[in-house]
Amino acid sequence: MISVAKRIDVSGLSAYYGAHLAIEDISMTVEPRSVTAFIGPSGCGKSTFLRTLNRMHEVVPGGRVEGKVLLDDENLYGAGVDPVTVRRTVGMVFQRPNPFPTMSIYDNVAAGLRLNGVAKRKAELDALVEKSLKGANLWNEVKDRLGKPGAGLSGGQQQRLCIARAIAVEPQVLLMDEPCSALDPISTLAVEDLIGELKERFTIVIVTHNMQQAARVSDRTAFFNLAAVGKPGKLVEIDETQRIFSNPSVQATEDYISGRFG
Amino acid sequence: MDTIDDITGAPPPAAAPPAESAPPAVTRVGDRVFLGLSRGSGITLLVIMAAIAVFLTVRAVTAISGDHGNFLTTFQWNADATPPVFGIGVLLYGTAVSSVIAMVLAVPVAIGIALFISHYAPRRIAAPLAYLVDLLAAVPSIVYGLWGALFLVPHLQGLNLWMDHYLGWTVVLKQTYQGTASRSLFSVGILLAIMVLPVITNVSREVFRQVPRAHEEAALALGATRWEVVRMAVLPFARSGIISASMLGLGRALGETMAVATVLSNSSTITSHIVDPGGGTFAQNIAVYFGEATPFGRDALIASGLVLFVITLIVNGAARLIIARRKEYTA
Repeated sequence: MISVAKRIDVSGLSAYYGAHLAIEDISMTVEPRSVTAFIGPSGCGKSTFLRTLNRMHEVVPGGRVEGKVLLDDENLYGAGVDPVTVRRTVGMVFQRPNPFPTMSIYDNVAAGLRLNGVAKRKAELDALVEKSLKGANLWNEVKDRLGKPGAGLSGGQQQRLCIARAIAVEPQVLLMDEPCSALDPISTLAVEDLIGELKERFTIVIVTHNMQQAARVSDRTAFFNLAAVGKPGKLVEIDETQRIFSNPSVQATEDYISGRFG
Repeated sequence: MDTIDDITGAPPPAAAPPAESAPPAVTRVGDRVFLGLSRGSGITLLVIMAAIAVFLTVRAVTAISGDHGNFLTTFQWNADATPPVFGIGVLLYGTAVSSVIAMVLAVPVAIGIALFISHYAPRRIAAPLAYLVDLLAAVPSIVYGLWGALFLVPHLQGLNLWMDHYLGWTVVLKQTYQGTASRSLFSVGILLAIMVLPVITNVSREVFRQVPRAHEEAALALGATRWEVVRMAVLPFARSGIISASMLGLGRALGETMAVATVLSNSSTITSHIVDPGGGTFAQNIAVYFGEATPFGRDALIASGLVLFVITLIVNGAARLIIARRKEYTA
């Protein structure tokens, strides 16, 4: 596998929706080839923060970002950086499976490859589609119906199709925004297993509301919180997942994890 | 009178018949009234459709059986002569050609405007622009006709000469007429394109607006540019909507009467040079002849109206077929 997983260094990052400050002054490091989980109560800005890592935040009207995100040494928000190029190197999987409804399973996986102009020849494209579907543990279930619409799959299969679509272009980082929140427990397990395999190749950041999930899949966990509704979300702490769940250094983290609030 | 008890759906015990095995279903006055009203509306629609069809067919059969030419292939319209000789050849050709020109010109522009309003323009430009398009739909068709005849046609001469010079080899765009103003099917097509633009734009814009944000974000996250988002997520999702919108526009173009009658110089010849004057359409032909027609002449015009009716039905049916074939892909 030639994909180069990269380290993410965030410093002093704030994100706005119009005049509203959604997250304030966040700095953290995300290690390559590992899974970093973001947890925290609703509205604490963890999804917003995730979307600043591939410049998806600014596609929302009024969305604006201050601060730096370094992917290895390159600032994603540097002058002259094209957000389209950023998104080609930082892939994303969304909360609800969103395969293109008008496309077949095959075309869904090939969509990103065609955008990038990676594979020109049919045989090359076929091979990459197969590799990506295998990488997403979906190949055996769909290999006989690649021409059928992606929307005809079950929810869990659709989400793995979206993962296949995202990894097909060999991104350096894979962002996942609550990828299992719309899935049943069995599909969730399948996606979690998949995350464990994918971290060998990619830097993975996952937002989750499910603390058991964070504990199961992640190497490091970041806890976000907000002082009150309407106040900006902040990073409380980030540490080894084991530490966060057994002996966090901040009281608020322990309160949240043990269910005393939030 | 509905009471709170009724809303729970439980039958009031006093009203329940004592010795019946199957209790009657509980119905409310409001439901029964509304059922009657909506069923009545449905039936009324069927009756009106049937009345139109019967009227058109009866009168048309009278006319066609008295026709001394071939109704489908005769190129002249002399329904009041003795013996009457008339046919829809010219009308069929003129209607088809002018509508095709209108659709070819209007659909791409309308999709472009709709995309600009829904996906590109900043909000403070999009709203006024949408309003302007609506205004375009509010202009009466006779005003379009007058504008077409007095302004558009004289100003098209330059374009016609240019096309004749550079594209005359296509035969279609060759101008053989030597006069100045060309009251041709081409002019009519341009006018119709402007007239059908608002309906196609508005319907397409609505469909574009309904494209789920999730699909657009999926494309964006793969590193799609704005145009690629439109191509990957917006246009495929909106495809059947665009087809419906175009068919609505086509319906208007096929049936447009006053504007065409004002612009087109009526003649019973057809020519493969669409910029030459002459030709006719169903609706225009009826408008031109109806006032002074004899009762038999009117029946003949009604027969041509029936053909237009059938064409419109076929167009609509075809659109539905196209949309249904794509059903599997539009969740």
